[in-house]
Amino acid sequence: MNGRGHSLRTGVRAGLPFAVAAGLLAISFGVLARPLMGTVAPIVMSAVVFAGSSQFAATAVLAAGGGPVAAVLAGVLLNARYGPMGVALAPSLEGGPMRRAAHGQAMIDASWAMASLGGGRFNPSFMVGATLPSYPAWVGGTAIGVFAGELIGDPDGLGLDAMFPAFFLALLAGGELRGGRRAIAAACVGAAIALALVPVVPPGVPIIAASVAALLGLTADREVGAEGR
Amino acid sequence: MSEVWVTIALLAVATAAIRAAGPVLVGGRDLHPRLFGVVALLAPALLAALVVVETFGRPDGALEVDERAAGVAAAGAAIALRAPILVVIGIAAAVTAILRALA
Repeated sequence: MNGRGHSLRTGVRAGLPFAVAAGLLAISFGVLARPLMGTVAPIVMSAVVFAGSSQFAATAVLAAGGGPVAAVLAGVLLNARYGPMGVALAPSLEGGPMRRAAHGQAMIDASWAMASLGGGRFNPSFMVGATLPSYPAWVGGTAIGVFAGELIGDPDGLGLDAMFPAFFLALLAGGELRGGRRAIAAACVGAAIALALVPVVPPGVPIIAASVAALLGLTADREVGAEGR
Repeated sequence: MSEVWVTIALLAVATAAIRAAGPVLVGGRDLHPRLFGVVALLAPALLAALVVVETFGRPDGALEVDERAAGVAAAGAAIALRAPILVVIGIAAAVTAILRALA
């Protein structure tokens, strides 16, 4: 129990910088959504969906006159990556189905990535901790964007959109790729699949399709816990 | 207006279901080692895909090398020099912001 509490606290600390980034992104979401949705709906959306890219996508489809079905579909495609991400997380989760489902709700990209220990293992309490600061930041940032958006400049100028890929790259280099040659191969194949698909499929699909690269693990018999061959 | 609320409700339910699916369906039992070998490679494959899509992809489906890519490249150099992770992220944002301001 103590170890779990410790993981939760270190997770919260690690998650704080991302809460700041999430808050700034949420402000831009609030600014964007207000003309279409009014003041209450964007804040409710951030509170109950809590998934940035899918909220931007669904809002853009509605704004283009696409209707709710198309909007939900666009959002679902962007969130579909949480399917394979949840499968990756699953073997590290304890407890019954309800408890595991609750842990799944704490999945956001940055927390999931930070909680990955390499070799297919995750620290779930750390992930929950890392997500905790982002939730109030995401909902509160949306409210700020809705009510005070005009007072704040364009968050794009801050280079926020470069922070996330840089962070994922750092995690990839620092942890995942130490899992041996097969992890490096999976990363390269996954990146290649995603890049090849970006121009031809809807947003979100390239990331899910990259999971196919994990099938390289079918050849992993002799490499459990060992480096290379 | 009601279209907005329908969208919010459906997207909220769908997102919660997707986030729960893996933990509920795959968790709570021992995976066959061969299957675990596959699951263990999901993290590097998905992370690498996130890196390239968020570096080069645009919402309209185009690929482009812009200020953001330059920021991530600078971050890559910082990673190679073993800079701390917060420095890496700061460099990515700063380089991107400066190049955008100059553009």
